[in-house]
Amino acid sequence: MEKELTAAEKVAVARHPKRPDITDYINALFTDFFELKGDRLDREDAAVLGGIALYKNHPVTVIGTRKGKTLEEKLRCNFGMPQPQGYRKALRLMRQAEKFGRPVLTFIDTSGAYPGLEAEEKGQGEAIARNLMEMSRLKVPVIAVITGEGNSGGALALGVADRVLMLENSVYAILSPEGFSSILWKDASRSREASELMKLTAQDLKGMGIIDEIIREPEGGAHLAPLAAIRQVDEAIGRHLAELSKEKGSRLSGMRYRKFRHMGENLSG
Amino acid sequence: MNLIFARRRARILAMKAVREKSAVKEKYIVCPGCEQECERRLVIQGMYVCPKCGYHFPFGAYNRLKAVLDQGSLRELDEKLTAADPLRFPGYWEKLESAQKKTGLTEAAVTAVGTIGGCRCVVGVMDSRFMMGSMSAAVGEKIARAIEYAANKKLPLILFCASGGARMQEGILSLMQMAKTSAALARFSEKGLLYISVLTDPTTGGVTASFASLGDIILAEPGALIGFAGPRVIQQTIGETLPEGFQRAEFLEEHGFVDAVVPRTKMKETLLRLLLLHEK
Repeated sequence: MEKELTAAEKVAVARHPKRPDITDYINALFTDFFELKGDRLDREDAAVLGGIALYKNHPVTVIGTRKGKTLEEKLRCNFGMPQPQGYRKALRLMRQAEKFGRPVLTFIDTSGAYPGLEAEEKGQGEAIARNLMEMSRLKVPVIAVITGEGNSGGALALGVADRVLMLENSVYAILSPEGFSSILWKDASRSREASELMKLTAQDLKGMGIIDEIIREPEGGAHLAPLAAIRQVDEAIGRHLAELSKEKGSRLSGMRYRKFRHMGENLSG
Repeated sequence: MNLIFARRRARILAMKAVREKSAVKEKYIVCPGCEQECERRLVIQGMYVCPKCGYHFPFGAYNRLKAVLDQGSLRELDEKLTAADPLRFPGYWEKLESAQKKTGLTEAAVTAVGTIGGCRCVVGVMDSRFMMGSMSAAVGEKIARAIEYAANKKLPLILFCASGGARMQEGILSLMQMAKTSAALARFSEKGLLYISVLTDPTTGGVTASFASLGDIILAEPGALIGFAGPRVIQQTIGETLPEGFQRAEFLEEHGFVDAVVPRTKMKETLLRLLLLHEK
């Protein structure tokens, strides 16, 4: 057995620049990906990537956050921090998926929704809220995979899914450990300590019933053997999609509702 | 088991006592709006609005309920639902107890059923004095149950929002309350029922990004700070000072996210008008 990484080490692995991102998953798992852009209201937000593709010869809608690989891309994608327009594009594509009966697959890797002037002016809170409400009642299968860091409402806005899967070294939390320690202790340098207390690892979250499955990573992290990690993700998505595809749309949305309605109930007293 | 109930009962009684005597303090207070001294008695009589400049002071949950519900109509829901410590977070219990002692509340939200001008409705109120109105699992559960209660009884729903954001000490469970309450509102909405959300100072973070923004009609109190990210975080991110009036109720109205800015003194009649417009 390999040694378990500490929570703070997992935060570092989850943010590793060589860790496979949404574009790697799209290239490896899908064929004929066709990117769809824009929220039809205001503009395109490259921090959210979305489109239609074939997964094992069946059409699916793929949506996820994109951090970008080169500096130029990172700037264009705002380092993976979406604006409201990005969330509204995501919702447009989810409704479109429902119309055409396509499952929705989301890939989450974001340090959070962008906290900026324009984002506030355009209703960042409203955009996230609308996604949470509408995702809870989509009549098609929804699978979310947390591939890196999933922080704040900005991650949850793509995460109200029938199955929430997490890579072994990814993290999922209310906000970054830096933000957490600066809010709680007014000291961003205590982020390591915060990481341990926050219960943000896949193992913690599985134990609390927040996520459904942990996807194994190659030893040391997905960045050391991306293809092996992607294969594991493929296997998990394939299996869950096969299960969910047997269910009727109304049953799916009913089960999804109950899952989020009662989440953490055994812990909240 | 009996001992637990007895202790709980004693605590609830103690909190009620605090609630009742909390108004006895100094005679004058300084208004943060106009920086003038105001007679406390006049401020309290005027629903905690400055008689000189109209500044809206924080309004306690029970005061607010009394201000909008018809006298004697209030029946509290889920009064005994209090926070647990799901992450066993160091120091959380002490924080909760001191907030309970300070405010006389069990949690940052109070939910009730009552009437406004004779119209029966469910009203939920958040209180920013209780740990900044942060969203705990108990707050989320109270709100979700109030939504479900209104859905089952086919009653209109009014939620007065006030929140500094997530309850840090509950971590991811705080985040999940956003999905829980939004999902409950989806079901409520499908029944063709009315939900009015009232944004009060401050409404930020996860509450803004869930039930606060999902009203069929969204009202706001004058000058209320409303946003997803807090002004301090935005300022740090962009490295410039924020424009005057940014994220205030009037700013949101101008940008299309609030239907009307309504002063506290006109809130009850405004709510009644809207309830009557939706009567079947």
